Amino acid sequence: MSALIETNDLSITFGGHTAVDSVSISVPEKHFKSIIGPNGAGKTTFFNLLSGQLTPTQGKIYYRGKDITKFSPTNRTRAGIGRSFQITNVFPNLTVLENVRLAVQSQAGIRYQMLFHYKKYRAFEEKALEWLKLVLLDDKKNSLASNLAHGEKRKLEIAMLLALETEVLLLDEPTAGMSLEEVPAILEVIKKIKVQGNRTIVLIEHKMDMILDLSDSVMVLFNGTLLADGTPEEIMKNETVQSAYLGGHNN
Amino acid sequence: MTAIVLIVAAFLLLLPFVYESRNLLILLTQVFVFSIFAMSYDLLLGFTGIVSFGHAMFFGIGAYSMGIFMKRFEPTLGYFLLAVLTTIVITGFVSFLVGLLTLRLKSHFYAMLTLSLSGLFLVLAEKWRTLTYGNDGFTFRVPELFIDRTNFYLLCMVVMVAVFLILKRFTNSPLGRVLQAIRENEQRTESLGFHVLHYKIAASVMSGVLAGIAGILYAISLRFVNTSVFAMDITLDALLMTIIGGVGTLVGAIIGAGLIEFAHHWLTELAKEHWIFERWIIFFGIIYILVVMFFPRGIVGTLSSISWKRKKQHSAKKEGKLAG
Repeated sequence: MSALIETNDLSITFGGHTAVDSVSISVPEKHFKSIIGPNGAGKTTFFNLLSGQLTPTQGKIYYRGKDITKFSPTNRTRAGIGRSFQITNVFPNLTVLENVRLAVQSQAGIRYQMLFHYKKYRAFEEKALEWLKLVLLDDKKNSLASNLAHGEKRKLEIAMLLALETEVLLLDEPTAGMSLEEVPAILEVIKKIKVQGNRTIVLIEHKMDMILDLSDSVMVLFNGTLLADGTPEEIMKNETVQSAYLGGHNN
Repeated sequence: MTAIVLIVAAFLLLLPFVYESRNLLILLTQVFVFSIFAMSYDLLLGFTGIVSFGHAMFFGIGAYSMGIFMKRFEPTLGYFLLAVLTTIVITGFVSFLVGLLTLRLKSHFYAMLTLSLSGLFLVLAEKWRTLTYGNDGFTFRVPELFIDRTNFYLLCMVVMVAVFLILKRFTNSPLGRVLQAIRENEQRTESLGFHVLHYKIAASVMSGVLAGIAGILYAISLRFVNTSVFAMDITLDALLMTIIGGVGTLVGAIIGAGLIEFAHHWLTELAKEHWIFERWIIFFGIIYILVVMFFPRGIVGTLSSISWKRKKQHSAKKEGKLAG
């Protein structure tokens, strides 16, 4: 199986603290990989390295065998790696529809058109509305993103990521801060994408039960190092993992 | 809303033919010129979220280009067009370079840099005496067509409307929508796959060139140019006009320009009554503080949010009735 994303000894150091320490993984195409680990294990930092928000102090990242370590976030998105953010990261004073429409516009490659009115591209709005329907947010399309509840912002965040239609989806705790009733809807969306089977998904999640039946493989980060990487069953049985993460969790 | 705009436009168009007051005509011409300038500033501040303290440099480049061309050569329409072209080229080039700097410099660092750059132009205008006649500046003759105040009034009005329409289309184009996304969240715009720098440069160039055009018209209206066109006051005026009118709305910039110009005019007139009014800048300072404290969204922003609330209440009542 060919690897879509591969990291080689990926490390980043802030001052004296090594947040991610020589992590080497490979994610095959159309794979569903989950990243778990306690708080401060370096999960989000690892994501920031993959999506280009941070530059590694050491190591390389390959996408389809191509070295993308030096790519800017913009170019990584264009190459096919899209991400959602754990801390809600939307355009606060634009409408919900406009938030997604911008992502659709980017996906369609309309970037420097300045002569026509944006409404000329009706298809963008329709497409954006479809994405909003998928995450059950279409009734809020005209409110400002800043007026949304936290869970709704998370949904918007996911809609924006989906609208980019990138090959790889990096989801950083998509259900974080959501009320319990909202979680199933988001899980439903993620399952739908998985069933379609044309995306590679990397997911950070705290809720173990949620990811175990979804994931093809699970990797465990602990203090910046890769503790284990394998199928969900292997991870559940792994003793180091149990003592480091699951153990504390189950008590 | 459209009806109001059309009525005001028709009124302004007919004004010079029915009401013969040279002063009012000159004042309104000034309002048009500064409307263009304020709108160009609003493209940066209100739409892209770039704070520049050096917008006067583009204004000054336009004013000096026109002045120098008219002084050195014949005041004909040909040279006038050449001066316009020169302004567009120079302001385009300078604003491109300044736009490039947004890459490394964020917010207040960028603001400080633009401030010092425009200071550099001020010094250049002072010291390059052979070309600019230093601090005192120089008078010049203008093309025959513009000697008539009514003609020039109409020209400024037409240019203002044109700039308004151009910017309206520009800000509502797919590119313009990305500018507003950058204002909201630069990092997120980047991860959506847009090269933020390209957009900032586009906004900077557009804004710089339009400010240059405002400078051209300003110089012609005075038939005189001196170093004051590069002064910090010019930038501050634009800032004040945009903020009072309403940041991020083009109409707001026009209303703000009108208010500030008229207030300036009246306050100077009042100076005959009491010496305090000679220091009109004190009053501007007070207005500025009050606006920022109580109407941070400016006149247009506040009005539109009130009308929006009313609409909402109205529809809520309607729904209540239906339910009842």
